[in-house]
Amino acid sequence: MIADKLQQLGAGTINNVRGFGRAGIMLFGALLGKPDIRKGFPLLIKQLYVIGVLSLLIILVSGLFIGMVLALQGYTVLVKFGAEQMLGPLVALSLLRELGPVVTALLFAGRAGSAITAEIGLMKATEQLSGMEMMAVDPLRRIIAPRFWAGVISMPLLALIFTAVGILGGHLVGVDWLGVDGGGYWSAMQANVDLYQDVMNGVIKSVVFALIVMWIALHKGYDAVPTSEGISQATTQTVVTTSLAVLAFDFILTALMFGG
Amino acid sequence: MSDILIDIQQLTFSRGERVIYRDLNMQFVRGKVTAIMGPSGIGKTTLLRLIGGQLKPDSGHILFAGEDIPKLSRSALYAARQRMSMLFQSGALFTDMTVFDNVAFPIREHTRLSESLIRLIVLMKLEAVGLRGARDLMPAELSGGMARRAALARAIALDPELIMYDEPFAGQDPISMGVIVRLIRSLNNALNLTSVVVSHDVTEVMSIADYVYVVAEQTVIGHGTPEQLRAHPSPLVQQFLKGEADGAVPFHYKAAPYEQELMELVG
Ligand SMILES: Nc1ncnc2c1ncn2[C@@H]1O[C@H](COP(=O)(O)OP(=O)(O)OP(=O)(O)O)[C@@H](O)[C@H]1O
Ligand SMILES: [Mg+2]
Repeated sequence: MIADKLQQLGAGTINNVRGFGRAGIMLFGALLGKPDIRKGFPLLIKQLYVIGVLSLLIILVSGLFIGMVLALQGYTVLVKFGAEQMLGPLVALSLLRELGPVVTALLFAGRAGSAITAEIGLMKATEQLSGMEMMAVDPLRRIIAPRFWAGVISMPLLALIFTAVGILGGHLVGVDWLGVDGGGYWSAMQANVDLYQDVMNGVIKSVVFALIVMWIALHKGYDAVPTSEGISQATTQTVVTTSLAVLAFDFILTALMFGG
Repeated sequence: MSDILIDIQQLTFSRGERVIYRDLNMQFVRGKVTAIMGPSGIGKTTLLRLIGGQLKPDSGHILFAGEDIPKLSRSALYAARQRMSMLFQSGALFTDMTVFDNVAFPIREHTRLSESLIRLIVLMKLEAVGLRGARDLMPAELSGGMARRAALARAIALDPELIMYDEPFAGQDPISMGVIVRLIRSLNNALNLTSVVVSHDVTEVMSIADYVYVVAEQTVIGHGTPEQLRAHPSPLVQQFLKGEADGAVPFHYKAAPYEQELMELVG
């Protein structure tokens, strides 16, 4: 009994380590070597559009609502202490440090990550990747690399847009609706937000999350069992794994940046 | 230049515990159509992938124009692949591009020709497979037979030396079957290609091949020109050519005796 369980545990661990190794080799193969600007640039632009621009709507809408909710919740607490002029910094700091990068990453994983996994898994199942390889075109460079870079470039930008829209949403609720002083909303924010400590750290988080999400999404697709169940499993795994990894890394990064 | 384009020597390959090939020897002569026949699941697709360098053999040599494919470096392998081309069982067209762009893909990747020249070449290749009118369709809008022909146009886009067809006749109606049979033959002659055709359609293969290998039980069980094969003494070969279920080659995947399994089920 126990021996069986131990054996299972061992097999599971070995499998995970193997998966990690394969994921590493995939990324290595995709990113190593000198990039071919002439062929790579149009591919990157296309992926920036598919991965980044098409995610804009969900990011704008979610950012607006999160900012509005933050202002509403923050106001009810702050007003008890007569500190409602601190609403600006509260909204801005929550968004810049945490919600912007994290919620963007989660939304991005659900919107773009799952799509990337499914797309690549299906390419594998229909032998498009093999076919490309036989045409002497490396699918790692041609398919994986542009998607990876497009994700890594667009996610921090999306997080900044999310944050900016959220701050406007906070203004909408706090100032226009609940009557907090408009000048105070902005000036308190300006006084309390630090470019390096808050803005840069948020961007760094966002870049780390982007690397994680893209790596997992691409690898799950590339490594998918080329059948319909295999692809559906891989897509689910992408969303679950990336979400958990983003939250775990958020804790680690927060502890490193703001703890102690 | 030697007459033999591909020389497979003492090839052994296994998937896990299961040996697919043991000491396989084959030669493909330049400019000829060579066919590989064998029952389903025997490893014909696997053999083409071995030649293309997508799989590595356990031991043995696969010489392509004198170069040992399994031993090539990555860049040398990619250079060798530019000289060969493979028609996949499924066609493997890129689903996000039109037929035109699919055929243009290898040209755009490997040459720096102008768009107008590319257009000329692509239309020429599409004309050869009778799909010039379908250039603006997406792969999803093609029938299975048309997709196979579009993939064929893409496979010959860069005038390869070697073209490998994986089951080109499977799932084709009699008309497109005839078209493909003639295409393989005429392309082979017109472009001076070397063709390898993998199939289990005995009649079609015997009608176009210059030389035939019959594969079963992990190795070559008979080879020769179609005439020689028809007169082949081996009962295995005769059984395969005549398509009999019972004979020297078992039709069933390896399993416990049927009666025994039934008895176990009944308890
Ligand atoms: N990815 C894989 N992993 C493990 N085993 C495999 C894999 N692909 C194929 N096989 C095994 O290798 C054997 C040969 O497969 P292959 O596809 O080469 O057969 P085939 O001769 O082309 O069959 P068919 O005529 O049906 O296309 C099969 O019996 C299969 O069980
Ligand atoms: Mg096959």
